[in-house]
Amino acid sequence: MRKFSYYQEYEEGFFMKERLQALKEEALVKVEEASTLEALQQVRVSYLGKKGPITEVLRGMGKLSAEERPVIGDLANKVREAIASQLDEKKAALEAKALDEKLLTEKIDVTLPGRPVQVGGPHLLTSIVEEIEDLFIGMGFEVREGPEVETDYYNFEALNLPKDHPARDMQDSFYITEELLLRTHTSPVQARTMLEYKGNKPVKMICPGKVYRRDTDDATHSHQFTQVEGLYVDKDVRMSDLKGVLNQFAKQFFGEEREIRLRPSFFPFTEPSVEMDISCKVCHGEGCSVCKGTGWIEILGGGMVHPDVLELAGYDPKIYSGFAFGMGPERIAMLKYGVDDIRHFYTNDVRFLKQYHKA
Amino acid sequence: MFVSFNWLKKYVELGDITPEALADKITKTGIEVEGIEYIAEKSTNVVVGYVEECEKHPNADKLNLCQVNVGEDSLQIICGAPNIAKGQKVAVAKPGAVLPGNFKIKKAKLRGVESNGMICSLQELGIEEKYVPKDIADGIFVFPTDAEVGADALSLLNLDDAILELGLTPNRSDALSMLGVAYEVAAILDVPVQLPDETVEMIDEKATDKVKVTVDAPELNPYYGAFVVKDIKVGPSPLWMRNFLIAAGIRPINNVVDITNYVLLEYGQPLHAFDYDDFGSDEIVVRRAKENEMMVTLDDQERTLSSEHLVITNGEAPTALAGVMGGANAEVSVETTTVLLEAAYFDPKTVRIASKAHGLRSESSTRFEKGVDPNRVKRAGLRACQLLSLYAGGKVLSGAAEFDQLDKSEKEVTIETNQINARLGTAISDTDIATILRKLDFGFDQDGETFTVHVPTRRQDISIFEDMLEEVARIYGYDLLPYTLPQGAAQAGGLTKPQTIKREVKKYFESAGLMEAITYSLTTRERAMMLTSPEVKAETVTPVHLAMPMSEEHSTLRLSILPEMLASLSYNIARKQVNVGYYEVGSVFLSKQAQVTEQPKEKLRASVAITGEWLNHPWQQEKKQVDFYLAKGILEGLLDRLDFEATYKELVIDDMHPGRTAQVIVNNIPVGFIGQVHPRLQKAFDLKDTYVFDIDLDYLIEAHIDEPSFTKIPRFPTVSRDIALVVDENVAAGEIQTTIEEAAGSLLKQVNVFDLYQGEHLEAGKKSLAFNLLYLDPERTLTDEEVENSYQAILSAVKEAHQAELRG
Ligand SMILES: [Zn+2]
Repeated sequence: MRKFSYYQEYEEGFFMKERLQALKEEALVKVEEASTLEALQQVRVSYLGKKGPITEVLRGMGKLSAEERPVIGDLANKVREAIASQLDEKKAALEAKALDEKLLTEKIDVTLPGRPVQVGGPHLLTSIVEEIEDLFIGMGFEVREGPEVETDYYNFEALNLPKDHPARDMQDSFYITEELLLRTHTSPVQARTMLEYKGNKPVKMICPGKVYRRDTDDATHSHQFTQVEGLYVDKDVRMSDLKGVLNQFAKQFFGEEREIRLRPSFFPFTEPSVEMDISCKVCHGEGCSVCKGTGWIEILGGGMVHPDVLELAGYDPKIYSGFAFGMGPERIAMLKYGVDDIRHFYTNDVRFLKQYHKA
Repeated sequence: MFVSFNWLKKYVELGDITPEALADKITKTGIEVEGIEYIAEKSTNVVVGYVEECEKHPNADKLNLCQVNVGEDSLQIICGAPNIAKGQKVAVAKPGAVLPGNFKIKKAKLRGVESNGMICSLQELGIEEKYVPKDIADGIFVFPTDAEVGADALSLLNLDDAILELGLTPNRSDALSMLGVAYEVAAILDVPVQLPDETVEMIDEKATDKVKVTVDAPELNPYYGAFVVKDIKVGPSPLWMRNFLIAAGIRPINNVVDITNYVLLEYGQPLHAFDYDDFGSDEIVVRRAKENEMMVTLDDQERTLSSEHLVITNGEAPTALAGVMGGANAEVSVETTTVLLEAAYFDPKTVRIASKAHGLRSESSTRFEKGVDPNRVKRAGLRACQLLSLYAGGKVLSGAAEFDQLDKSEKEVTIETNQINARLGTAISDTDIATILRKLDFGFDQDGETFTVHVPTRRQDISIFEDMLEEVARIYGYDLLPYTLPQGAAQAGGLTKPQTIKREVKKYFESAGLMEAITYSLTTRERAMMLTSPEVKAETVTPVHLAMPMSEEHSTLRLSILPEMLASLSYNIARKQVNVGYYEVGSVFLSKQAQVTEQPKEKLRASVAITGEWLNHPWQQEKKQVDFYLAKGILEGLLDRLDFEATYKELVIDDMHPGRTAQVIVNNIPVGFIGQVHPRLQKAFDLKDTYVFDIDLDYLIEAHIDEPSFTKIPRFPTVSRDIALVVDENVAAGEIQTTIEEAAGSLLKQVNVFDLYQGEHLEAGKKSLAFNLLYLDPERTLTDEEVENSYQAILSAVKEAHQAELRG
């Protein structure tokens, strides 16, 4: 009896195990067969739902012995988990497939042009001036600015150009009154800065800005143009320092392979005065049409600050010396980018401006 | 200055250096050679021919049939020149010859008769028309009788010369003479200068017997020498002299004039020849001109003089404007037999004033203006007398009638080797310096490393140490200077705060899609007044005008960047570039003086102009024209970037659309305006709808707090409420917003318009405006009650101020 009874129990437990195993196999096949999310949901409901066969099986657990109940319970949970996990996996797969199908319907023509974004940019002259500024800032120069309407004193007299100096012919100017004019160079900023520094501390500056001369506008002349001038005054400044600084500038700005050459020149505010050429980019000094056969291209002027200029600005020329230089960004742009007409810088033709917005 | 290579050889041994190599050396040492010209570079096969026969062409009246002996044979040549004649020696281009312009000479038949070559004019040989002597301008050139038949005509005419064009800086007036250039070249090549011989054979009769010199203004005329040469026969000057004059760019006239010009070029000393018999007296009086004194100059112009001018007179009337131009009354002519030759030193400034006042810039005045060499004045006079006796048959009277208070001493400049090296960064030795001084032909006394230099008077440009420093450096060679970097204490360079902000502003505009423009500061009077912002106008009485503008177009300093910017837009639109957005940052010029005497105030402004389409995506039919709110968005972005809040007030000003313009106010200060350009002005500039703004950037930079202090990120949430109000359609959103801000209390952090509605469901003449309100207390969570209280306060305030009703 006991044995029978035991057998009975054994039988019940045995068959429940069999049943659960069979349900699992069956469910997994159904999961596998489900080809839509809806079908899959059906499978989930039919096997794992409250009215599903596993719940059914578990309801019969009451017939089991105390030893067998946890074993079957455990097994039932494992079967549920196995089915659920397979369902989830299948669901993810079906969802991915559904997404792929949906995305295919969203296909666009990627070769059509994009919606334009309005992009602006700096004027070529600004780019050049800022590049020059940054190079000299790197060498310890500060950037100074000053008024465009200057007094005759700062524009000429403080720079060793007294009223009847013949060199004033060199730069015929736009006067407003006898004493006021549009500055013909940015040098007055140098004179002003030296006076501000009271003759007892070094001056190391560049001064960019607009300048004006009485020229009729044509391909190579403009009544308004840009200048960047530089000044370094300190104790024991040598002409070789000027050469070294300009060489460093030229190599950084125009390229490591460019050579410089200094030639004597004349400016009333410097003595000795120099003109600096750089070797021609096209022929590297051999001579070609770009450099008119000389192999060199004139870039800037400069020299050692004239003692009268130092003295007028309150610097004792016996203690202090210095160098100064000046260049024209328009000319530099024309040389560096082959701009063929200086008027391009001031007509603001957008086709011109846009050419130089690229990095 | 044009320098003939062949002429230069008369003073310096050039060896076998080419004109190009010499030019390169001269340029590197200090005088820029701007070009080298070969007059008849590729010409060949032109010889001297003797016209043995000359008859009329059988079939043509104006042509002559000539038989020309060219040395080895005789050629039959047809010539059309009116001045051809038997017995002449002429320049013959033989068949196979090449003339300038690559013109090849071939055998030809003219009206049935064979012609084997061409008899040439100077023009045909490459000489510019303006240098060809007037008497042969229409004909062939005739050689002097001593020319050797068959000789190379090009060489005889100096057409194998190379002309160096010197670009002289104002300090190097010493190189305005062949002798000056010779000294320069001699220093470069380290060879001696061979000076011309000035010895003159003089007759017993004395110059002082014929003329007396009185100078009433010695400060303007410290030396005046008058030479007298009689029995002159005016005629052509020798061929070599004419050649050199042509090479130097001066047209030969006759021997007397040519000789004065030749000496001017050779010595750099201008001379003037008067006809002694026409001079009007035997007395030369040099004095200041009287106010409004009149004289007729050589060019037959009547000129009014002033006391600033110096004149040469015969005791009565002016016979020359000193250093500038002679008078018509004593001009040398073909009839002249006695020449009164002036060699003088005139004050540079006085000559400059006179030449400028009368617009008479000449080879003479240019040299006097720079200051001639005091030691060459009289020598030049003697050289001219010598040439007059050699080439014009003149007899030179002894001595000269002179006035002489001229300082001919040499300046002394002391230099020390260590001083030179300290300033140049070099290690030049005492010996090197002595060598350089010797090359320059400067006298000096040496005491160890100290040199006392006696600067020759030809070098008027040298008077201080630095001048000598340059001389030493350039002869030493700028190429040999080392490359060093400054030894002074290192400084941190950099931009100032305003400069940094200015760059930031520009970058912002570019990121907002605008292109930087740079327009002219000088504009027309009319444009200078256009589109001026009220706060600019308040600081201005009248725009600043140039005293003497070159054109009306650039006559007046701008008060706004916008007018020229509109002109630039217009320029682009005319070129089919219709969608443009510009910005410019630049100065405008404000003066409160009706008669400007002080520097105007320069204010930095930022201006923007946009026109056309801002967005255009054709295949999606997306197009957006620029409008007010695009411009305003750009402006708001700028102000936000600089941490400003602005208010906007309706504004009516000239040139702007009266319903679409606002004044921009920051910190209760008007800083500019924004809006649409008045359609009338748009039309004047040929523009479609164009929106602009113009802002006082100086103020923004000044008022900008450069380092905003850190604000804690709030830990408590903001509370958001919306309020929709119905108001009269004329009530501006900005006004309501101001009322809201004032009524809401300190917890309200932000107000934003999020909806504007007008139309159906609303009474006519009304609009609905919806605002979003954001409340925040950074220290705690807000209660509903606090927010509600504020909301109610707002509601009653807007009811009161704007008769606003809550939208139901
Ligand atoms: Zn080249």
